[in-house]
Amino acid sequence: MLFYFIRRLGLSVIVVVLAVTILNVMLHLVPGDPAVMILGPRATPELIAKTREAMGLDRSFPMQMAIFFGNVLRGDLGRDVFTDRSVTTIVMEQLPYTLMLITASIAWAAALGIPLGCYSALHRNTWLDKITGVLSVSTISIPSFVMALYALLAFAVGLKWFPAVGAGEGFADSFHHLVLPAFAVGISWVGYLARIVRASMLEVLGETHVRMARAFGLRERKIVVAYALRIAVLPAVTLIGAGVAYLLSAAVFAEVIFARPGIGALIVKAVDSRNYPIVLGCVLVTTGIIVVATLISDLVNAWLDPRVRENL
Amino acid sequence: MAASEENVSIADHAKRTRREPGALRQYATQLAGNPLGIVGLVLVVLIIGCAILSPWIVPYDPTQIFVGPRLGGPSWAHWLGTDQLGRDTLSRVIAGSRIAMLVAVATLGTALTIGLLLGLIAGYGPQWLDNILLLLFDAVRSFPVIVFGLALVTLLGPSLQTVILVVAITSVPIYARIARTQTQSLRNAEYIQAERAMGAGTMRTLAIHILPNVIGPLLILVSMDVPLVIATEAGLSFLGMGVRPPTPSWGTILNDGYGVIRNSPWPVISGSVPIVIVTLGFTFLGEALRDIFDPKLRRDL
Repeated sequence: MLFYFIRRLGLSVIVVVLAVTILNVMLHLVPGDPAVMILGPRATPELIAKTREAMGLDRSFPMQMAIFFGNVLRGDLGRDVFTDRSVTTIVMEQLPYTLMLITASIAWAAALGIPLGCYSALHRNTWLDKITGVLSVSTISIPSFVMALYALLAFAVGLKWFPAVGAGEGFADSFHHLVLPAFAVGISWVGYLARIVRASMLEVLGETHVRMARAFGLRERKIVVAYALRIAVLPAVTLIGAGVAYLLSAAVFAEVIFARPGIGALIVKAVDSRNYPIVLGCVLVTTGIIVVATLISDLVNAWLDPRVRENL
Repeated sequence: MAASEENVSIADHAKRTRREPGALRQYATQLAGNPLGIVGLVLVVLIIGCAILSPWIVPYDPTQIFVGPRLGGPSWAHWLGTDQLGRDTLSRVIAGSRIAMLVAVATLGTALTIGLLLGLIAGYGPQWLDNILLLLFDAVRSFPVIVFGLALVTLLGPSLQTVILVVAITSVPIYARIARTQTQSLRNAEYIQAERAMGAGTMRTLAIHILPNVIGPLLILVSMDVPLVIATEAGLSFLGMGVRPPTPSWGTILNDGYGVIRNSPWPVISGSVPIVIVTLGFTFLGEALRDIFDPKLRRDL
């Protein structure tokens, strides 16, 4: 297990380094000077030269990369072009809002989707199973920003049950503000999780150990919860781990549409003003989150299923 | 006794000589038995029809500004209402289908070609190359699509080409991985070994024997990814980072609608209809196709 963990961790680090390098290579492949792009067409040559020096663009590419990684390791993601504040501070201010949104979304989706999938598997071809099936496919395919717009239109603008703007202050108010965005981000996951749990549950229910439990005359409820579901949720764990990338993308839209603070809102604003250090910082942090999430879900899987450890 | 034996043999003969229904016909019958698949097919045909015929079937010029009511609800003159400038939403939506389909075809075509090539190389080439490519795929996959897209927009500026590039780059690893898995499972198959023993070169083996077996499952995946690509284009355009106004894209129509959501619900509702239709259509159809051709496909992911 320890060996697996070390190898997996090493691979994750390589992946992050590669991802950052790809991004920086692209920055260099783009025609034009990043300094000119940030400053705009009316910048004076002296200002451009100064900015180039400040950004380290006058050095060779490998040297730039080395300096960049050195800075990242020290937690320095550069400075905001306009306010000269540290990018790390700015990103870290916004990060909790996004993490809260993502966690709330996946939590309610799992709380509804997993039991729904479980029920569907146990009561196959009943009307609820069929409705769940069709609804799953439909909600999975509709983009989250369309869902967010509908939610905003129906419950905030139309019925006025929930606020349309901001993140709120204090626990109750924050929760009130969180409901609609979390609904919009999570809704497709209800379908995803229900489907995958249903499929794996059906598989597990046919396995020998479940039949054995039946033969021993255990109560159905105990068989389902203690023997079948425990194994059947495994694919759901993997799915959530791999799905953090999608959750982050959906969060960008939810934050923009509901005017919430967060990484997504930050990056959109930064792109509008061509504030490249902030954009790069956001990409870096979100990529880091995704790699860590994948790592955690891989480890959970390896811990639960020893076979995974053998073939990396 | 003899008569019954004869009967049996005639029946057998009849069974043997009756033509088996062609593969295409079988698939069609299977699809016909799947109501959601039929719905999907109808919706997909509708949207593709709109995209191809859009210049001829739009009721008005999509950029023409009418003097009549702005932000009007559906009426006989304007079936889906008018937007904040008084433009006909139905015409804009139909014209937008062209952009959406263009993006889908361009990105998926590019991603499929590059993914297939890299997948074949990773699956058939030396181990070290495979390892490097796998790491690269993982690295690209660890960017969240929208965030990565926004980063590229900062570099290249918002345009249709940027959107195509973003979606193509982020889709390549998915196809490449599947092509790789398929190639690997084929490379040791007996008929491939025989082909090589007879002196066939790598290119010949890959092109004639492996490629046809790899491309089928990929095509189904591609059809299922159409809604994802269209959603990404619409999403980036919604954020103002994709197709620029006044070109009618579904995303920009929704963005306009979002701006006036407190004044009128119609632009958002009308603007979202095509996205919902297209995503539902392709998903239903893709699911049906997958069930028919290869039920285990998605597990390789």
